[in-house]
Amino acid sequence: MDVKQDWQKRYKISCKRQDSKLIIYLTGDLGLKNLTSFAAEIRNLFRERKVSAADIDFSGISYIDSAAALAILQIQKNAASENVDCSLINLSDETKGIFSVIYEKALTQLPFKASHTRTGLVTQVGEASISIMRDVLNFITFTGELLFAIAYTVLHPRSLRIRDVLFYMKRAGVDGLPIVGLISVLIGLILAFMSYLQLRTLGANIYVPSLVCFAMVKELGPIMTAILVAGRSGSAFAAEIGTMVVNEEVDALNTMGFNAVRFLTIPKVIAAVIVVPVLTLYADFFGIIGGLIVGVTGLDLTANTYIIQSLKTIQVFDVVTSLIKAAFFAVLIAGVGCQKGFQVRSGAQDVGKYTTSAVVSAIFLIVVADSIFAIMFYYMR
Amino acid sequence: MRSTQNEPIIVVEKATVRFGSNTVLQDVSFQVRKGEILVIVGESGCGKTTLLKVMIGLQKTTSGRVLFGGMDIMAAEERELNDFRQNIGVLFQSSALFSSMTIRENIALPLTEYTNLDAATIDLIVKMKLGMVNLAGYENHNPSELSGGMKKRAGIARAMALDPLVLFFDELSAGLDPITAVELDDLIIKTNEALGTTMVVVSHELQSICKIADRVIMLDKKSKGIIAEGTPEDLREKSTDPRVKSFFLRQAPENSNQDRSYVR
Repeated sequence: MDVKQDWQKRYKISCKRQDSKLIIYLTGDLGLKNLTSFAAEIRNLFRERKVSAADIDFSGISYIDSAAALAILQIQKNAASENVDCSLINLSDETKGIFSVIYEKALTQLPFKASHTRTGLVTQVGEASISIMRDVLNFITFTGELLFAIAYTVLHPRSLRIRDVLFYMKRAGVDGLPIVGLISVLIGLILAFMSYLQLRTLGANIYVPSLVCFAMVKELGPIMTAILVAGRSGSAFAAEIGTMVVNEEVDALNTMGFNAVRFLTIPKVIAAVIVVPVLTLYADFFGIIGGLIVGVTGLDLTANTYIIQSLKTIQVFDVVTSLIKAAFFAVLIAGVGCQKGFQVRSGAQDVGKYTTSAVVSAIFLIVVADSIFAIMFYYMR
Repeated sequence: MRSTQNEPIIVVEKATVRFGSNTVLQDVSFQVRKGEILVIVGESGCGKTTLLKVMIGLQKTTSGRVLFGGMDIMAAEERELNDFRQNIGVLFQSSALFSSMTIRENIALPLTEYTNLDAATIDLIVKMKLGMVNLAGYENHNPSELSGGMKKRAGIARAMALDPLVLFFDELSAGLDPITAVELDDLIIKTNEALGTTMVVVSHELQSICKIADRVIMLDKKSKGIIAEGTPEDLREKSTDPRVKSFFLRQAPENSNQDRSYVR
């Protein structure tokens, strides 16, 4: 069979009338690629000639595949339903072989399982509620396991895998420095520029550094850093653990007597708790630098004034609370990332689903926690 | 149609594959003839899977040619490779069914991509293929709901979706129980006889090799190439090569390079 030739030109159908019988001669190659056209041609012959019996002659066939054979069987079946007696003649051994693999029973076998059906609103709401309940339960269980694992690690510091902690510190922290720095500078620039546009109408340019510094240290620094880490590392944690679940690596850990949660989660949580506050300080610094650039180039402030004004605005309390916040966000990001990873059951799609869920849940929890912290720190002061 | 005298459909000429300084295959040459079942055997790490990947165009050779129906797939353009890919079917070691799709969608995927058939015809073809691999009725199941052997059979049905000229099987019976493995062997032989499809099987299951192979080529880790070629009977009974003998007699060779002195 020539592989290159156009499939449409590879076959020929001719016919001859013999008494009340129609003989259809098939020659050439019949396959998937010309199935539609040759089947239509044969059906047309049946329709035009209106005969009571027909023979389909295969003596000229050089190649036929199973799909083409199936199509011819369907034609034969349709003919029978219209009371036309159609038989297949002059089949070579090879062609007979092809027909022999088509099982009538398989074609009419009903699926063992119904295809996915649409469920009603009530069912959907019910299922969603159950799934939310299950998520909450899962979260509480995981929090318990995580606290237990942390307590165990504190009591048995030697069980901590330092190499893993350092590895994740590099992944979540060092590798994140460029993007965190860049975003912070840009946020500082925008913040300074936007506040300048408003404050200049009051002649209060001198407060731009205060505003930038206050916003960066108290809110934007921790939040922006946390969101970036959730996107970069929370997702990575979920995908990593999820893939391990799919590959039965988590089962292997459990059967070897390791507590999978402790083994996989603790190094990540500790790494994040160390790294996120440092990243937050770094983000604060670069945010203030961003403001400084606008201050010096556009606001006629000297660098000295800008820095003094900035330092006047914040107190040690603000920095410390922002670092506490950052550390708490870190636990949320790493914890949720790992928890979602453990929820993966099978397949690539599950890994994608829970990785997305890890990022979304982490960001949501960060914002909720941040509002609680805002109120708490206000009353503590 | 189990003949070994037919014209070649795949010709591998002096194929060499190197990863950095590590040579996996060195000047490997052989032919696959139309309609035959060729089994590639050899110990673990001898390059069986690499050779299979070379033949299906997933692995580039460092030097050498691989001809499929006269076309060198190492030097072919993307459009030509696309034609080539429609003429082969591959069953991967882990079946590689798409877990997000049902069995029907898995098998219908090549049909919807490469043909313009209507949905009803495609559905019928899917049913026929499932019948061929003895899985009729499972079209709405997800791959995760099937056992290992069933997944393999569904994988074969997907590989056969376009009625390819050549089917490749990587470790056909790996991880399966003996009965399921025998069933798969029977399926391979039956399909080969009925459809005349050429088959290339990578395997190290001795029983299965002797049952299905028209011809066997044996690779060796040290010589990084073919050390024996012939029918399974020839290799088993006539070969004088100790490596071939030990493989077919299922014994570790006398001069095994493993130092066991510490046992004493």
